[in-house]
Amino acid sequence: MELKDKLVSSFFAYEDGLDVQSPLHDICSDAIKKFDEKGFPTKKEEAWKYTSLNAILKQNYSLFPKAETGLEFKDVMRYFIHDIDSYKIAFVDGRYSSNLSATSHDGLDVCLMSSALSKPKYRAIIEKYFNKTANTEDSLTALNTAFLKEGAFINIPKGKIVDKPIQILHFSTGKEPAMMLQPRNLIVVGEHAQVQIIERHQSLTENPVLTNVVTEIFADKRSLVDYYKIQNDNPGASLIDNTYISQEKESHASVHTFSIGGHLTRNNLNFYHKDERVMSTLKGITIIGEKQHVDHHTLVNHACPNCESHQDYKGIYSDRSTGVFNGKIIVEKEAQKTNAFQQNNNILLDDKATINTKPQLEIFADDVKCSHGCTIGQLDEDAMFYLRSRGIPTKEAKALLMYAFANNVLESVKIPEVKARINKLIAKKLGVNLGFEL
Amino acid sequence: MLKINNLHAGVEGKEILKGINIEVNAGEVHAIMGPNGSGKSTLSSVIAGKEEFEVTDGNIVFAGEDLEELSAEERAHKGIFLSFQYPVEIPGVSVTNFMKTAINETRKAQGLEEMPASEMLKKIREKSELLEIDRKFLSRSLNEGFSGGEKKRNEIFQMAMLEPKLAILDETDSGLDIDALRIVSNGVNRLRSKDNAVVVITHYQRLLDYIVPDFVHVLLDGKIVKSGGAELAHELEEKGYDWIKQEKVSN
Ligand SMILES: Nc1ncnc2c1ncn2[C@@H]1O[C@H](COP(=O)(O)OP(=O)(O)O)[C@@H](O)[C@H]1O
Ligand SMILES: [Mg+2]
Repeated sequence: MELKDKLVSSFFAYEDGLDVQSPLHDICSDAIKKFDEKGFPTKKEEAWKYTSLNAILKQNYSLFPKAETGLEFKDVMRYFIHDIDSYKIAFVDGRYSSNLSATSHDGLDVCLMSSALSKPKYRAIIEKYFNKTANTEDSLTALNTAFLKEGAFINIPKGKIVDKPIQILHFSTGKEPAMMLQPRNLIVVGEHAQVQIIERHQSLTENPVLTNVVTEIFADKRSLVDYYKIQNDNPGASLIDNTYISQEKESHASVHTFSIGGHLTRNNLNFYHKDERVMSTLKGITIIGEKQHVDHHTLVNHACPNCESHQDYKGIYSDRSTGVFNGKIIVEKEAQKTNAFQQNNNILLDDKATINTKPQLEIFADDVKCSHGCTIGQLDEDAMFYLRSRGIPTKEAKALLMYAFANNVLESVKIPEVKARINKLIAKKLGVNLGFEL
Repeated sequence: MLKINNLHAGVEGKEILKGINIEVNAGEVHAIMGPNGSGKSTLSSVIAGKEEFEVTDGNIVFAGEDLEELSAEERAHKGIFLSFQYPVEIPGVSVTNFMKTAINETRKAQGLEEMPASEMLKKIREKSELLEIDRKFLSRSLNEGFSGGEKKRNEIFQMAMLEPKLAILDETDSGLDIDALRIVSNGVNRLRSKDNAVVVITHYQRLLDYIVPDFVHVLLDGKIVKSGGAELAHELEEKGYDWIKQEKVSN
């Protein structure tokens, strides 16, 4: 049976577990209808022209894996940023793992989507925010919504400056030959509140895993949200990340995406401005090789005056790897005095590696500053010679230049331990030990 | 130490060096002078092992070994250093970290242990004082946003750290004011010993007042057309290069 049919038919079994009276039931059943109507995206769609899901959809994924309880913190510690104190919300094969987690209800909520959905005290917040910024027309988002079950729920009340970062980890054990996971995260950040979040999806074997995750983030007035996505999964794992961020007046939100591992990764990162003087930052470093594929589709919807957005994506591709960057900026008629910047720079290390990069600007206001630039090049020969003439071997010299190339993106990482970890992951990917951290 | 025999080299079929012969012995300072475009930077790049240039005839022997098969990094490991006319900017890599990497990679290639951190720090302190380089400067990204003079001073700092057998200074004087010139020259002179050699490339006499050469060679259109002692530099300063060009024609 095709994966689509399997999903649609298993929805009915899954539906039995839902409360038909609850408004969520309608949301889920509308969503499965949407998915049934649209199906998985194909290369015929403009937005999926360079990313084909065909091969990964052929796997016989199990959709409702059995509970896995044997995992201990020491087995997976290395996937956490473990040298800092943090809140942790961890999932194993889609289910909450209390022994890997450190949640809280003390002055903020760092907990589970399932409890937010079921407990009456969260009903108002769920009604106000759940599925409100996610694009209900998008088939993959709809698919996730239909199977809504579990994920991280983070609720930061007004004025709260969260004292330590929050880590969200989704592990898959590979106990099933192939598995599909669809976590759903909801993050609500109140007025003046500040939070830093780290998200990672990690499979523990080479078995195929397909993750289709949706994260909704609401940044209220003057809030500050920094989000880090560490994408360094095993070669059998594919990830479709759908993130929707809605920003109120004078809020600042940033998302850094580090794409190093995994088989196929698609990031759909969407920012929506709801009021004036909002600032959005979207940055990424992609370093891939072999037959890896990473696709960044970004959208910044400038709908209000005096807002800013900054995008800076760097990509380094070797072997037969392929990259896509599509950066869409919409500046609506009302959004005067918009500043929107976009930069995408790429280095191709091999003839067989490819990158498709495309800015997509739709500007309807007249008083705006927009700039975009994309480059595709090789490592600079003169710089290579300079480093090598100082005794630095070719491989290390290349690595230094790649660091230098990606440096702008790392500079804005605010958690030093995250920065150090990314440095390590990059060094490992490049197979070098430079003897220092940048 | 360095023996260049009938060296012909060029790029993409265009010959730039057209039969160069120079011999540099340990303890000597040689100056190579010549107008713009005569091939000075090409010569220094070829010695340092830039692969872009193709050697079509002749060879370079360093410490008894033909360099032909050696990569740029291997030449550095054997003690060849080139101070660049145009140093490259490397954002995100501090001067200190860059130096640590360069020194430890060189030591690794020589079969030595990494330099202990305390020794490294001591050395960095000592050499930066010698070149009157501010500490803050060392944590900045390599060459990024440095002025022309700062870049050149930083090149000599690197030289002082790496303590090469043969240092080639390609127009290190350009972009330096008189104080910086004094500091840089002082740094170079401190390196001079009976065991190593310096090749100074310049088209002005100025630097040679501070780093007094034993030999001066004039490079014109890819050939050494005249060699002499330090006095030749003064003669060139007075008469310019046309004089030699004419002499060459009349020969
Ligand atoms: N990479 C290159 N490609 C083509 N021509 C070059 C290259 N490098 C140098 N040349 C040419 O070789 C000649 C000598 O250049 P160069 O060695 O830089 O001279 P100098 O340092 O004496 O000013 C010049 O005509 C220059 O244009
Ligand atoms: Mg030159």
